[in-house]
Amino acid sequence: MDNARTDTAQIVPGHEPALELIGIDKSFGPVRANKDINLTVAKGSIHGIVGENGAGKSTLVSIIYGFYHADAGEIRISGKSVKIPDSKTAIASGIGMVHQHFMLVDNFTVLENVMLGAEGGLMLNAGIAKARKELKRLADEYGLTVDLDAEVGELPVGLQQRVEILKALYRGADILILDEPTGVLTPAEADHLFRILRTLRDEGKTVLLITHKLREIMAVTDKVSVMRRGEIVATRSTSETSVEQLAELMVGRSVLLDVDKGPARPGRAVLEVSGLTVRDARGVVRVNDASFTVHAGEIVGIAGVSGNGQSQLLEALAGIRKWEKGTVIVDGGDVMADGKVDPAEIRERGVAHVPEDRHRMGLVNAFAEYENAALGYHRDPKYGTGMMLDIAAMRADAAAKIEAYDIRPPSCLLKTSMFSGGNQQKIVLAREIERDPVVLLVGQPTRGVDIGAIEFIHKRLIELRDAGKGVLLVSVELDEIRMLADRVLVMFDGRLVGERQPEASEQEFGLLMAGVTQEAAE
Amino acid sequence: MSRGKLPAWVDYGLLPLINLAAAFLVAGLVVLLIGENPLEAVKILIWGSLGFGEGVGFTLFYATNFVFTGLAVAVAFHASLFNIGGEGQAYVGGLGVGLACLALDRFVPWWVTFPVAVAGGAAFGAGWAFIPAYLQAKRGSHIVITTIMFNFIASSLMVYLLVNVMGKVGSMQPETRIFEPGGRLPLIRELLPNLDLGQAPLNLAFVLALVVSGLVWLLIWRTRLGYEIRTFGANPTAAVYAGISPVRITILTMLISGGLAGLMAVNEVMGSQTRLLLEFTAGYGFVGIAVALMGRAHPVGILLASILFGMLYQGGAELAFEIPTISRDMIVVIQGLVILFAGALEHVFRPSLERLFASAPAPAAAAQGS
Repeated sequence: MDNARTDTAQIVPGHEPALELIGIDKSFGPVRANKDINLTVAKGSIHGIVGENGAGKSTLVSIIYGFYHADAGEIRISGKSVKIPDSKTAIASGIGMVHQHFMLVDNFTVLENVMLGAEGGLMLNAGIAKARKELKRLADEYGLTVDLDAEVGELPVGLQQRVEILKALYRGADILILDEPTGVLTPAEADHLFRILRTLRDEGKTVLLITHKLREIMAVTDKVSVMRRGEIVATRSTSETSVEQLAELMVGRSVLLDVDKGPARPGRAVLEVSGLTVRDARGVVRVNDASFTVHAGEIVGIAGVSGNGQSQLLEALAGIRKWEKGTVIVDGGDVMADGKVDPAEIRERGVAHVPEDRHRMGLVNAFAEYENAALGYHRDPKYGTGMMLDIAAMRADAAAKIEAYDIRPPSCLLKTSMFSGGNQQKIVLAREIERDPVVLLVGQPTRGVDIGAIEFIHKRLIELRDAGKGVLLVSVELDEIRMLADRVLVMFDGRLVGERQPEASEQEFGLLMAGVTQEAAE
Repeated sequence: MSRGKLPAWVDYGLLPLINLAAAFLVAGLVVLLIGENPLEAVKILIWGSLGFGEGVGFTLFYATNFVFTGLAVAVAFHASLFNIGGEGQAYVGGLGVGLACLALDRFVPWWVTFPVAVAGGAAFGAGWAFIPAYLQAKRGSHIVITTIMFNFIASSLMVYLLVNVMGKVGSMQPETRIFEPGGRLPLIRELLPNLDLGQAPLNLAFVLALVVSGLVWLLIWRTRLGYEIRTFGANPTAAVYAGISPVRITILTMLISGGLAGLMAVNEVMGSQTRLLLEFTAGYGFVGIAVALMGRAHPVGILLASILFGMLYQGGAELAFEIPTISRDMIVVIQGLVILFAGALEHVFRPSLERLFASAPAPAAAAQGS
């Protein structure tokens, strides 16, 4: 194990550290989220921190930005020891943060958003003039051009993120922290972000990039630290490491990043969707005339940048969201049109659903594990007679699933919130797969799940396919879709804009996901 | 909510006790302020409520009211609905009980009237809760607002009925005639004369309260409906995902809640007053909110909290009698303090307790690793 502290000695003159963390420790109750973290970030560099979800990255960043207080340890900025009790102090110390979820007021202009919290005095006029001048300078210097008078809500996500960066710089940030910045971006937008980060570095700013995507680390960072279970287990120069090595460090053992998968043998149509149109509560069309078929024994992937209607499509098919037009046929049964479906009925027809967000939808965190193991199937006769629930039967059933899916800790009485993300996902998966469905709808099956569990979940999905079930897989992880799916549909702005084989090139997918269809390009 | 960080015995035992102790400390200061001895006051309060048969009888009689209204609030809590309308539902429930007694008391023995009165009280209470429930489920009108409003409507409605419709002819009293024995619940002091309950109006409704507590436990933790109620309360999105209709659960839960509140009238109207009269609910519906909070929405907790509030009511009356400077209003202040600390300030001591118990090794710690 590398100790980052030794790096301090290796720093060449002129590359003095911008940020040093020495012996940072943080516990939440019995859980030690950060253990003796030592980290040195050189001035004028892009430093990446990778780790699985739950490795302690966010906690560490929150300590640097003053959201949490470290139980022990020291933070030094430009060699000087500082205390950061709150984010105000962090900003004053020259730390800027771009959050995963933007902290912007949608109906303010770019200029107003940047000024927010730094208005300068009672009246706005002087502040506006100053901000406009300063922003122009920043835009010229770093290539961060945005229309200052545009309403933020009207801007595409990539530009909104740029506003966040401008906001941090406007407040004098020398150290910029980005927390999972590319989650919401198209590949092209991500590339653009990386160009901006490089410019910032070349102009002497220091960038700390938090991500779990190894490709990004390789593409843009100078150095990378790997976190695992609250510890920094290694710090490497990016040029001297590889994706495989980092992945191994992240999980502590070698993992298969590829799955064994034979060719699909598609059979009868089990899910026939035609002309499906879904509007959200505000009346915006989120799924626009979607038609496709899923056959028994195949995995159909739906790729796309998140927010392009995949969630709504999945929820409509699961009966949770009303649709406006279109029909759905499950396993050759009756034609379902809107107004006639509810989730319970769709389950009856053999459609199981692993929702995208297990905390929001798939599980009741306050419930014991065995109660969640029956969620949605609690009316099934095997869980009791008449009005009553048979608690013993529910527990026995849950215990069997825990065994089969290696859910840890193996206790069905434990509160669901006590399980890790991967194990929670296994609870949902076990519940839905063990019902022996005709079609499985899966959304983001491995979001926030550790690599060990990812492997397990991928295997199960392929087993399900090989057992002759239809699987509709929605994921924003293109790699995951290409690995698992037998056919890939790309969704953009509510429409299915193309179908590709998973072997198609990443560029091809990238273009489709950005809404550039072949026809439009030609 | 930060439930689950504490061991159960702390969450359900120690924490309420600490809250209670804090309430009594502050109340003690108030008693000191008016120049009386707080220890003496506590002695009188406890002796007055538990020290002799009649006191115990009154304490349990009041507790019976609180069990019903507390359960009513608790059932709604489990669906994340805040039913403030227990007072009004109990009041209208009294109409159901009263009508049953008035209709039957001259013709049948009490044990025939009893189930009809129970059904009447529950049905009228549930009916009064139905309109706010429907408005919440279908129109999104906030249940807190509508149930509060319905308390006022219930109050006016009952005044109208008792003055203009149901009142005794030729009487100035806005109340119905006294029920015949066929419309009265047997008093425990008549059933068990050796208990020496004095004049305490403790009656069979106390047994009903115990049975209903058990049924509510079964409902919440052992039935499919209870499972759906708890799912909807803890995570409405997950409930929709699981095919549980929010409209159905909102309405059903409120009907059950209103029905439970309505049962309170069985104790007061059929068991004690033996007539329907104005304001017989006397704020018991509101105290039910504090009881449910303090009892952690669990029937056992509610039973204990009800007995505590019964003690405060009965012991408080004794206190006002023994120490005249501690007036009836002072008792209300003390009760208010208990409600404040046990209910509204429930979370004041929680963080420090959590810190305390976080440093001790918890068995759940092993579960946290990924």
